[in-house]
Amino acid sequence: MLLGGLLGATLVRLAPGFGVDEEELDSRLSKQSIQAMRASHGYDDRLGVFYLDYLNRLAHGDLGTSRTLDRPVAQLVAERFPETLESVGLGLALGWTLGFALAIAVVMSRAWYLDLFSSLLAGILLCLPAAVMALLFVVVQAPVRLLLGLVVFPKVFRYSRNLLARSADLPHVLTARAKGLGNLRVLLWHILPTAGPQLLALAGVSVSVAFTAAIPMEALCDIPGIGQLAWKAALGRDVALLINLTMIVTLVTMVANSFSDFLGKSSRTAA
Amino acid sequence: MKYARIVAIAFLVAVSLGCLLADYIAPASYARQFREEPNAAPSRQHLLGTDDLGRDRFSRVLYGTRVSLLLAPAAALLSSLLAALIGGIAGFAGGWLERLVMAGTDLFLSLPWLFLLITVRALLPLNVSPLVSVAITFALLGCLGWAGAARVICADARSLAHSDFVLLARASGSDGFRLLWRHLLPNLKPVLYAQFWISVPVFILTEANLGILGLGVAEPLPSWGSLLREMESFSTVSGQPWQFVPLILFIVVVSSFHVVLSKEELPA
Repeated sequence: MLLGGLLGATLVRLAPGFGVDEEELDSRLSKQSIQAMRASHGYDDRLGVFYLDYLNRLAHGDLGTSRTLDRPVAQLVAERFPETLESVGLGLALGWTLGFALAIAVVMSRAWYLDLFSSLLAGILLCLPAAVMALLFVVVQAPVRLLLGLVVFPKVFRYSRNLLARSADLPHVLTARAKGLGNLRVLLWHILPTAGPQLLALAGVSVSVAFTAAIPMEALCDIPGIGQLAWKAALGRDVALLINLTMIVTLVTMVANSFSDFLGKSSRTAA
Repeated sequence: MKYARIVAIAFLVAVSLGCLLADYIAPASYARQFREEPNAAPSRQHLLGTDDLGRDRFSRVLYGTRVSLLLAPAAALLSSLLAALIGGIAGFAGGWLERLVMAGTDLFLSLPWLFLLITVRALLPLNVSPLVSVAITFALLGCLGWAGAARVICADARSLAHSDFVLLARASGSDGFRLLWRHLLPNLKPVLYAQFWISVPVFILTEANLGILGLGVAEPLPSWGSLLREMESFSTVSGQPWQFVPLILFIVVVSSFHVVLSKEELPA
């Protein structure tokens, strides 16, 4: 997590426009004025010092102050994070329910028309940028919180369909079918346990997908979450806020990935 | 599926040719304003009408397609080369170097890339020209998109490093660099090609997202992101269905890439 933050801070710090304000483009300002303006932001030239100073303040619970919104970052995150968590949670629940249910239906029924319909639907959704979907949701006045579900759905459907289909073709599954086991028992006892660890890994990845899609969704649908905050911070070149948001989302995705890895390993050990 | 792939390839070739020949096909420059005709309906002069600044939309679609279709492969090439270098060396060397590089790759993969991308993109100089902004946007995509491919290439390089022909080459006196250059890299080509083509639609979609958020290619240079941004004013778009042409073209092009790649994509 700390290394992730360092990597993020390094990329940000090395960006050629770091510490540059729009006011600096004012041709009336002298070099001294511009330097004084940069110094007033309190950014140190050295990356190590910049990051250590940041960590020191972090250890004391100080995430800094947002330059554009003029409020403590911790306060902004506390206000907006629950909103994003709710959207992401709803999106994951919807995307997984829809995607996984359709994947199971396609693999177990082996109906070509269902496969064709689901694949076309997933294919079209995969070709739409989340930002375009957000605009369309606003226009048709659909409940925007469902949008993340439609972003997660095609990825879950395609990967889980492939995984389940591969498991369903394994020799022990064919033997079980030949012995007359019903569809439900074949699915629960033979197909899902084989595909389980990879499905859990997919679950971890889908958290990251949902958080990423939250930026355009919240920015364009005016949902006051951390995605919208990140977008506003990016437009306002608010470094303190951006680094903190990146670190927080990194932490959440790392926890989700580690948890799914742990569950995957546990299921393999149990098997 | 075979016929669908042929149709998709033919369509992509036709679109690529169309945008490459934009200088000859487009009725006007992408930046030229017809100030007396803002938001004009389609006509002989303006096949897709004009935008709110009076610029010919058909020309902007052609040039915007050129920007996205040429630079997304360039970014994919950059990320594939980085992945080949990092993943190839790590897989070939094995041991602590592989563990270290793969830990770094995992770390990179766990970073929320869109957050990182908008952060770095937002911190670029304010006074860059549109051409530099487009180059920077796609270079950033290339620099940040190598990690997933590096994992796949590392796994392949590892298995190749332990294969019989590499053992024979070692036994006949080939040293590290020669082994890597003459024996490993040629055998990694199929994976590299697959990773390259898989990255192209991903980068096209990412640029579109960045463009709609106002963090992509700078005006007046068009890209699919900036063209799709017009949909923000949907109340006017809905009365002018021809404004959906960039969106339809975008969906068909990305779908074509997915159809062409359907054999290359692997489960998670």
